[in-house]
Amino acid sequence: MHDLANWALDTAKRRGATYADARVMDIRHRDVSTKNGEVGTLSESESLGIGIRVIAEGSWGFASTDRLTRVGVQACAAEAVAIAKASALAKIEDIALAPERAYVDVWQNPYLKDPFKIPVERQIDLLLAADREMRKVKGVTVAEGSMAFRRIDQLFVSSMGSSIQQTKVQSGAGIVALSFSGNELQKRSYPSSFGGQHMLKGYELIESLNLVGNAQRVGEECVALHSAAPCPQGQSTIILESSQLGLQIHESIGHPIELDRVLGMEANFAGMSFLTTEKLRKLKYGSDIVNVVADARLEHGEGLGTFGYDDEGVPAQKIPIITNGLFTGYLSSRETASAIGEKRSGGTVRCESWNRLPMIRMTNVSIDPGTWKYEDLIADTDDAILMETNRSWSIDDRRYHFQFSTEIGWEIKGGKKGRMIKSPSYSGITTEFWNSCDAICSRDYWTLWGTPNCGKGQPMQTMGTGHGASPARFRNVKTGVAFSK
Amino acid sequence: MAKDRTTTADLRRVAERVLKLAKAEGVDHMEVDAGTNTDALTRFANNTIHQNVAEHTVSISVRAIFDGRTARATTNKTDDDSLRRVVAAAASLAKNQPKNPDLLPSLGEQKYQKVARYFASTAETTPQDRARAVTKVCRHAGKNKQTAAGIFVSGGSHSVMANSRGLFAHYRQTRAEFSITILETDSSGWAKANSPDIRKIDPVVLAESASEKSARSRQPRELAPGHYVTILEPAAVLDLVGFLFFDFGGTALLDKRSCLTGRMGKKLFGENITVWDDVYHPLQTGWPYDGEGTPRQKVLLIDRGVPKNVVYARSTAKKMKTKPTGHGFSLPNDFGEAPMNIVFAGSDKSVDQMVASTERGVLVTRLWYIREVDPYSKILTGMTRDGTFLVENGKVAGGVRNFRFNQSLIEMLANVEMLGPAVRAAGEEAFEMVVPAMKVRDFHFSEVTKF
Repeated sequence: MHDLANWALDTAKRRGATYADARVMDIRHRDVSTKNGEVGTLSESESLGIGIRVIAEGSWGFASTDRLTRVGVQACAAEAVAIAKASALAKIEDIALAPERAYVDVWQNPYLKDPFKIPVERQIDLLLAADREMRKVKGVTVAEGSMAFRRIDQLFVSSMGSSIQQTKVQSGAGIVALSFSGNELQKRSYPSSFGGQHMLKGYELIESLNLVGNAQRVGEECVALHSAAPCPQGQSTIILESSQLGLQIHESIGHPIELDRVLGMEANFAGMSFLTTEKLRKLKYGSDIVNVVADARLEHGEGLGTFGYDDEGVPAQKIPIITNGLFTGYLSSRETASAIGEKRSGGTVRCESWNRLPMIRMTNVSIDPGTWKYEDLIADTDDAILMETNRSWSIDDRRYHFQFSTEIGWEIKGGKKGRMIKSPSYSGITTEFWNSCDAICSRDYWTLWGTPNCGKGQPMQTMGTGHGASPARFRNVKTGVAFSK
Repeated sequence: MAKDRTTTADLRRVAERVLKLAKAEGVDHMEVDAGTNTDALTRFANNTIHQNVAEHTVSISVRAIFDGRTARATTNKTDDDSLRRVVAAAASLAKNQPKNPDLLPSLGEQKYQKVARYFASTAETTPQDRARAVTKVCRHAGKNKQTAAGIFVSGGSHSVMANSRGLFAHYRQTRAEFSITILETDSSGWAKANSPDIRKIDPVVLAESASEKSARSRQPRELAPGHYVTILEPAAVLDLVGFLFFDFGGTALLDKRSCLTGRMGKKLFGENITVWDDVYHPLQTGWPYDGEGTPRQKVLLIDRGVPKNVVYARSTAKKMKTKPTGHGFSLPNDFGEAPMNIVFAGSDKSVDQMVASTERGVLVTRLWYIREVDPYSKILTGMTRDGTFLVENGKVAGGVRNFRFNQSLIEMLANVEMLGPAVRAAGEEAFEMVVPAMKVRDFHFSEVTKF
């Protein structure tokens, strides 16, 4: 790997690059799924290649290849420089990067059981056992289960002298029951929707999820939703359980704080952000109890946004995003940090694979735990809707107006959990919503959720992000608009 | 961009090496997909290029098939050791699973209708070509005191499919795409086009259209949420109807997860809605065969408002006692099949005529972040974006703040009052289709955002 990367740097410098970095990445996937008692997807893949990023004539160029011969890599580096020189045709000013020193290091996430060494038949057996439990419930029309594993071995080198080797092992799994009856298709998922829970862990994560032990309940709740009450339309107190709050953070905090969006670089596709730079350290983003960090360090947990160094060689950091309700920080890169006069990048740049350009991505954007016991929060609530497990999510391209629906809800009346509610939904404006937060549960109820499917960029890159959250209460929120006529 | 010089014969040789290795490994049947991809993308924002990338990739994906068992393994390495390893990986995965009685043996030799979707002009586009075009539109924006952001893409792919029962299929295609957003302080406009032939894309024309939309939507007013006569330009139609067609698969019906469950053959949409899946349509792109190598057929999906047919992979067709249509995904998978080459019947009304016929309504350029709220009534939510206008007394009266919608797609397609000519449209939420602009009554905008 080192030879490949150094050939790239040497060629780039010789061709006129003033800065160059290269990522050699060897990526392995395994995907297993079952549906209604049969194996669905069963596949493995491997991909090895190099991505070379350069600045020449003050502009960026990037090229990638899987032709990993000396000739192939040198041609790729030359192409990156030629592309940078073409970029310079439209240049307004030279690219400037926030300073960073060189690092030589090796980093690997800790894990107990290599998921690729667990026999695939054992993984299939586990999913089929959960499948059987779900289909025992009368009325379940489809039972599905899935597992996904990923291993990335990567080397980063830069013309500044960095040489960083990292290995990341990621695991995830989930189950889903569907029930069609009358004119309704209901759905329940565990432990979360859209693929379940994913973390930077080994197979021990899958074993800890107890998919089989939860499967019957998932099936029963799915079927029971047909006879549940509809979500009331109006203004209401809502309590979001932690995985839904994690997605709320992702969409209405994580994306708007991406500095490339703020600076207009995503304007054509993912959109921009309402968090323009004059709002930094001035905007009251949330109520006083809302504290949010972007933390890529292992100390925060083994999330999908955890690493040793980002993909431009900046060490993992903890960045205060919202401090006692005040907006205090962005997710940045070396280029964007420099553009707004920050002294250093926040270290949040990542790429999906060797053939993709690194860009700003959420790390683990998490809300700090509060002080409430869950039972006390319910008991303290007179009239509310408790919402659990995301079903749909949508937010405008500047991240003001959102609408979410969840798979299931419950009425809270007089401090007690009451009847089930089907298709609960809520909507609002980001800052109004976060300012209405008046209770957050404690560390005992806090989970670092993984979102494995965050899309951004052109060409599109899918990235895993982490979101720690515990259940929280919000006042005076609009509910039920999704089904309004 | 370095041109991809891989030939069909090169890829065929790789496929044949895999089949030989599979035979030596004792694999009953083997299927190989081998391909190369060369793509380049120039991305601009703030009237300058801020990202400029190129990639060259190889993919060798093999599927091992034993009696009732199958699995896939994929690599991007083409040396003999790597090919041997990928064959062994697929075989090992396939052997270690329960038998699936519905799995069919792979297909034998097939005949395919030819399609011509490779253009040297696209394949030979250079970074300088893209940069020159981008420079022109950025300068144009700057002169208008506007800000441009967007992409200019060129590239191509080349693939073969072969199996140990004699099937051999090959396909190559180029692609070009230009998308532009023009921004001002309180407004924006957007335009996008794609084609296999880069000569059919004019960045300046697209930039002028986006620029005009931005200028016309300055100082947007806030309209109250409600039901409006709504004129949806083709990109907005595309991104909505894209959510419908995964329901037109046999597996979705078998699973009762399709909104067509219990509704096939019944009048569901307006009389003016007729839709085919047709990969051979001159405005369509894509492979003339599916993930198993079955030749794709033209299928009438909706006939004058009535859902008539769905599409079938081979195993789904067998379960449903019908014939496969050539729309299966690569095996193994959970979803079976879907039509991917949608063509709507259009009409002759222009967007201008739709506007002229509207007393009060909303004109929508583009939609964003569309998600399914309810799968059976097919309620979708999402936002308008980059050019939303009030129409009053037959004229565009100015920009309005962007709306959130919560709208049943089924009801929308029952409420279409006018159709434009069907064109190849490109959006961000759905694959490209041939769709018309639509004038729709009672479109439900449920809330308004801040801009």
